[in-house]
Amino acid sequence: MTTLWWIADIVLLVAVIPVVLYLLHGVLSAAKSIVPSVERIASAAAAGSKDLDATALLLTTQDQVAKTVAGVAEYGGSLDVIIDDAS
Amino acid sequence: MLVASIEPVGAVALVAALLIVLALVFYLVSTILQLRKITAGLDTVIGSVSEIVQKSAPVADVVNSINGQLDAGVDLLEGLLVQKAGMQDALGLVEGLYAGSAAAGFRSFPESGTTTAPRIGEVYTKGTLTLARLGREAPIAMANPAGPVLRNVEGGSLAARSLYPEVRQTRPDALPRSPVIGTDAPVQYEQRDDIGAPRRRLPGKRA
Repeated sequence: MTTLWWIADIVLLVAVIPVVLYLLHGVLSAAKSIVPSVERIASAAAAGSKDLDATALLLTTQDQVAKTVAGVAEYGGSLDVIIDDAS
Repeated sequence: MLVASIEPVGAVALVAALLIVLALVFYLVSTILQLRKITAGLDTVIGSVSEIVQKSAPVADVVNSINGQLDAGVDLLEGLLVQKAGMQDALGLVEGLYAGSAAAGFRSFPESGTTTAPRIGEVYTKGTLTLARLGREAPIAMANPAGPVLRNVEGGSLAARSLYPEVRQTRPDALPRSPVIGTDAPVQYEQRDDIGAPRRRLPGKRA
């Protein structure tokens, strides 16, 4: 009976503890590797948000395009009057 | 007393279990600390992403509006060009300005895709080609597309003078005098009484 206990102790020391340490170390390494990735994502998202500050200028662009198209339409109307049709 | 009564085999098992517990505590606490860092980083990401979503929300509507207006402008110009120049000549002019675009045709005219674009030099006069080339500097020369540009770069400003009514181009001896203004001017205008007088009604009030 004592021999079986010794065998169990040896298995515990030689197999179980290294396996537990290996698995825990793997979990900790994976968690540590996520941190810099998250920090890079955070910096990229912040930069992307800053880049989008110019989207407010799209309203100006929209207004300018509307005015330009209106001007082109007026020129087109004048040309329609001035120039004869092809047929 | 209790330790002394434990057999060696039991003591080894106890030490092994203690080692496992210590390892669990160390690694799990370290993992918890790293997960907290990850949570803080993700909070920052969520804030920035929320800003991105908020800022980009109206972009689609504005861009669609701009595209719609530009489409209307393109349709207008294409329609005017086809109406005034005819389908074939319009395609020839567009092909001369933007090589290869005649194959795509006009969007509002499906039949333009099958129409053969003529050579631009055979359709338009020298003046039209010159104007088009001045505007675009496109290689639509009458004889050789690789020829020199028609615009005189050094004397361009002098050449442009000829486009305006002849006043100073020929350097006349005398030009019409500028109009005389003032109390002793030959032409006097009546002074309006309402200028400088109090307003009859203030802005913003209905009569």
